[in-house]
Amino acid sequence: MNGEFFIPLLAAAIQSGTPILFATLGEILTEKSGVINLGVEGMMVVGALAAFWIAQSTGAPLLAFLIAGVAGSLLAGIHGAVCLWFRGNQVVSGLALTILGTGLADFLGTPLIGQSAPGFGPVHLPTLAAIPILGPVILTQDLLVYISLLCAPLLWVFLYKTRWGLALRSAGEFPEAAAAAGLNVVAYRWLGVLAGGALAGWGGAYLSLAYTHLWTNGMSAGRGWIAVALVIFAFWRPGRAIAGAYLFGGVMALQLRLQAAGTHWPSSILLMLPYALTVVVLVLAARLERGSEAPAALGINIDPHE
Amino acid sequence: MLPLRTFKRQETHWWVSCLIFPTAIGLSLAICALLLKLQGKPAIQGIGLLFQGAFGSHWAIQDCLLKAIPIFLCSLGVAVAFRLQVWNIGAEGQFALGAIGATAAALQWPGLPGYALLPLMAAAALAAGGLWGFIPAVLKLRMRANEIIVTLMLNYIAILLLDYLVYGRWKDPQSFGFPMTAIFSDNAIVGRIGDTGLHWGLALCVATGGVLWLFFRFTRLGYELKASGENLGAARYAGLPYERLLILVMLLSGGLAGWAGFLEASATINRLQPSIMVGYGYTAIVVAWLARLNPLSIGLASFLLAALRVGVENLQLDLQVPAAFGGIMEGLILLTILAGSFFADYGWQWRRRSA
Repeated sequence: MNGEFFIPLLAAAIQSGTPILFATLGEILTEKSGVINLGVEGMMVVGALAAFWIAQSTGAPLLAFLIAGVAGSLLAGIHGAVCLWFRGNQVVSGLALTILGTGLADFLGTPLIGQSAPGFGPVHLPTLAAIPILGPVILTQDLLVYISLLCAPLLWVFLYKTRWGLALRSAGEFPEAAAAAGLNVVAYRWLGVLAGGALAGWGGAYLSLAYTHLWTNGMSAGRGWIAVALVIFAFWRPGRAIAGAYLFGGVMALQLRLQAAGTHWPSSILLMLPYALTVVVLVLAARLERGSEAPAALGINIDPHE
Repeated sequence: MLPLRTFKRQETHWWVSCLIFPTAIGLSLAICALLLKLQGKPAIQGIGLLFQGAFGSHWAIQDCLLKAIPIFLCSLGVAVAFRLQVWNIGAEGQFALGAIGATAAALQWPGLPGYALLPLMAAAALAAGGLWGFIPAVLKLRMRANEIIVTLMLNYIAILLLDYLVYGRWKDPQSFGFPMTAIFSDNAIVGRIGDTGLHWGLALCVATGGVLWLFFRFTRLGYELKASGENLGAARYAGLPYERLLILVMLLSGGLAGWAGFLEASATINRLQPSIMVGYGYTAIVVAWLARLNPLSIGLASFLLAALRVGVENLQLDLQVPAAFGGIMEGLILLTILAGSFFADYGWQWRRRSA
């Protein structure tokens, strides 16, 4: 094992996987409430732009990060209105949200292309960083990495250990029964949609505040769609989402390093790797699945008055 | 709680459907005008430029028709798949593969006469686009892989494949380093109709649309497809061959998008280069849904969304508005239509006092 190659690679895998982790956790939450939102890619780029813009104009990255969550929620709110109020088709509405979000970010972000903004850098903890392997890989990351790692267990606790989480899951599994039991199913679905949007917005914020400190168009490069696939791969479980996100982060980081090292593989072929892996991972997930692990009422709109 | 309750309508009033479309367009235009205002651009003048650019001259309308051709073919394919409730989001990639297939034939046999080469290119595009539709179909049937994500990932892969070819083995040595193939031989270029600026791809669109309409209307297979799309469970129960229908639909869907790629490479830019990918495959999804999957309405909706693209080009020139403006419009129109359908499908009545 070549430490000089692998340790920076593992550290890069975490950085590259963090935006995907935020987005995957968000989509897990949304889908658990029974709503599928294919607008993740759109919410991510809008979050990335909002974060970049606020960081640049206020110089406060943490505030920018929080606002990115609000921006993601706002965009998700459109999906919520179309699907929960007007009972529109969830698949098509999510796609439209991605088209809208990508357009909005390109349109509003064009004047910012090539500029830079303050963001997050690695934290310096001298004693911890000296620990072999663990130090350089995980203990010298930026603050947002730790926030994302905290989000996964928090989401698990929320979903499986709180009454609200139970209610939200029942809105995704048995909405009629939940409504009959007196739960406000639509409200819990709103919670899933908005909170999921905030997490996707945070994933985008990571791209413009920590992964790069720049703004370019098309910054998300399909990460939102990979997140949608990872939800299936993770069987809707937050813990497995961490593994999946870092796997993809690893492949993206490896691909960049191979390009930089100048292999005889053309860069367009190397760039295909994460997308091809997504297909492989989907097939694997279907093989491993024991029963149907998707929320039973996923994508099915409900009529609150019937 | 409001004293109103919603109920599902038995029949949709035609006038409600007629109102939804203009309302959605109007609402989307209003939001876009607001966005222009926010950017410090003249909003009313901007919307005026949008219309003038799209419909202001006979050249503009011709341009709309030319851009409607690839959108129409892709959208026809998307609609066929959506009918069977197969979510083919992959028209963009299938379009790219069609362009690649047609280019392969054009570069391989540049000397063949047009009457042989053009059908060969069309066949290659149909096969390549069809293959890109076949892969997700097989993965869905055999591996239960979600077709939305597989078709989307294949879009990214197809565009990178196109890049690989034009940056690498197909690059024209005389292109001064630009990523593009050599210009096609005259025999490989779809001709113009008379002395208009339109090309014969338009005729191909009309013919394909007609054939598909007849197919759904009069053939047994077409009927099976329609029936399965309307009620999947019942169709399976009645023993309709769902698996074969799915494969067929995805082959057809991919092949049609492939043809769009063939026409763009051959008739519009006369070579293969990365700028051929402008998102027609995604616009096609918007069109298919606006048209409620009906081939005739798809023709009209393709023209409208092509007009939007032409209008946005005018905005770009005159007000330096980024091209992404078109994407915002497309997303907004689709979202407002989705929400608006509610008013066609549901009605209100006074809530009765609880007994």
